[in-house]
Amino acid sequence: MKKIILLNIFYFSFCTVAVKSAEKGGMPQLDPEFWVSQIFWLTITFGTLFLVLSKFILPRISKNLEQRRLQILENIETAEKQREQSEKNLKEFDEIILKSKNKAKEVMLAAREKVVSEITKKKMKLDEDLNSEIQNVEKEIIELKLSSPKKINSIASNITNEVIKRLIGTDVNDSSVSALVEEELKKLSRSTNGI
Amino acid sequence: MYQFNVYRIGPEIKIGEIDLSFTNASLFMVISSLAILIIFNLGAQKRNIIPDKIQLLSELSYTFVSKMISDTAGSKAKPYFSFIFSLFMFVLFCNMFGMIPYSFTVTSHIIVTFVLAAFIFIGVTIIGFIKHGFGYLKLFVPSGVPAVLLPLIVVIEIISYLSRPISLSVRLFANMMAGHTMMKVFGGFVVSLGIVGGWLPLSFSVALTGLEILVAFLQAYVFAILTCIYLNDALNLHH
Repeated sequence: MKKIILLNIFYFSFCTVAVKSAEKGGMPQLDPEFWVSQIFWLTITFGTLFLVLSKFILPRISKNLEQRRLQILENIETAEKQREQSEKNLKEFDEIILKSKNKAKEVMLAAREKVVSEITKKKMKLDEDLNSEIQNVEKEIIELKLSSPKKINSIASNITNEVIKRLIGTDVNDSSVSALVEEELKKLSRSTNGI
Repeated sequence: MYQFNVYRIGPEIKIGEIDLSFTNASLFMVISSLAILIIFNLGAQKRNIIPDKIQLLSELSYTFVSKMISDTAGSKAKPYFSFIFSLFMFVLFCNMFGMIPYSFTVTSHIIVTFVLAAFIFIGVTIIGFIKHGFGYLKLFVPSGVPAVLLPLIVVIEIISYLSRPISLSVRLFANMMAGHTMMKVFGGFVVSLGIVGGWLPLSFSVALTGLEILVAFLQAYVFAILTCIYLNDALNLHH
C-alpha cells in the first residue's frame, strides 16, 4: 500500500514536469491549462478507487463467490449421496418384491397341487363308488331279467285260472293251465320278435 | 467543442506554480469512482446464495473481468486483477457518465487517457524487467526470423512497443471525442433544420446514441483487454 502511494506521488510529479513543458493548442483537450489538475485528480480518484476496491470490496465479492461455489459443491455431494442411498433402497425394495412374488408363486403352486390331488382322489373314489353301484344294479337287473319270465308265467297262469273260474265256475287243473299259458306266451314272444 | 471545455469549480487551488483546482473533469472522476464504489459495495454486502439484482451485477462483473484476465494473460496475472478491474470499471463508468447530456466525458481528454496508458506502459515494463531481468529484451527479438532481417525487425518491434501507450490512449480518447462531436454535429443539424427537416438528423442522433453506448462499453473493454495483453507479454515471455 505504501509502495503504491509512493509510486503514485512519484508518477504524478514526473507527469507534472512533463506537462509543464507542453505548449497551448487549439482543441480544449490540447490546452495544457488544466492538465496538471486533471492528472492530480485522476491520480487521487483512481488511486482511491483502486485501493478501496482491492482492499475491501473485491475480496468480499470473491469470498462470496467462493462460498457459493463451496455450498453448491456440498449440495451436489449430498444430493449424490442421497441418490445413491435411494438407489440402494430401490434395489432392496425390488429384491423384497421379487422374493415375495416367488414366495407367493410357491404358495400358490402348493395350494393348487393339494387341491388337484384332493380332487383326483375324490374323483377316483366317486368313480369307484359309481362303478360298484352300477355293477350292483346291473346284477339286480340281470337277476330280475332271469326271474321275470317265471314270475310272469305264474302270474299269467293264476290270472287265467281266475278268469276260467269266473267264466266256467269250476276249477281247472293248474298244470294244464300253466302249460297253455306257456304255449301262448311263446307264441306271443315269437310274434313280437317277428315284429 | 464547448462540451470538452474544462472549467474550474470552486476556488482556485494552487501549490506554488501548480494549479490543482477542482474542475468539472475532477467532478466527474469523483462521481464515477463514487458510483462504482457504491454499486459494488452494495453488491458485496449481500451474501445470498441466490443473488439479487445488484449482487448479481457485481458478481457478474467480477467473473467477467476475471475470465477476461485468465483468458488473455493466464493465471500469473491474478495479482493484477484488482488493478485491471478498477481500470475497466473506471473507464466504463467515465464513458457511460459521458453519455448523459450536459455531462462531461473524462475519457475524451487525451491527458487522462494518456496518463492511464503511460502508467500501464511503465508498470508493464517494470514488471517485465522484474520477472525476466534483461531477458525481457528478448521481447524485441522474435524467434524464427532470418538474421538478415533481424536489425530491421528489432527496430520495428521497439517502435511498436514504445508506441503502445500512445495507441492505447489515442484509441480511447479519439473514439470518445469523435462520438461526442458527431452527436453534437447531428444535434446542431436538428436545431438548424427546424421542425421540417430536423427529423432525419434526429433519428440519426437517436441511433448514434445507441451506437455510442456500445462504443463506450467496447472501448472500456478494449482498454482493459489490451492492458491484459501487454501484461501477458511481460509475464509470459515466449515468442
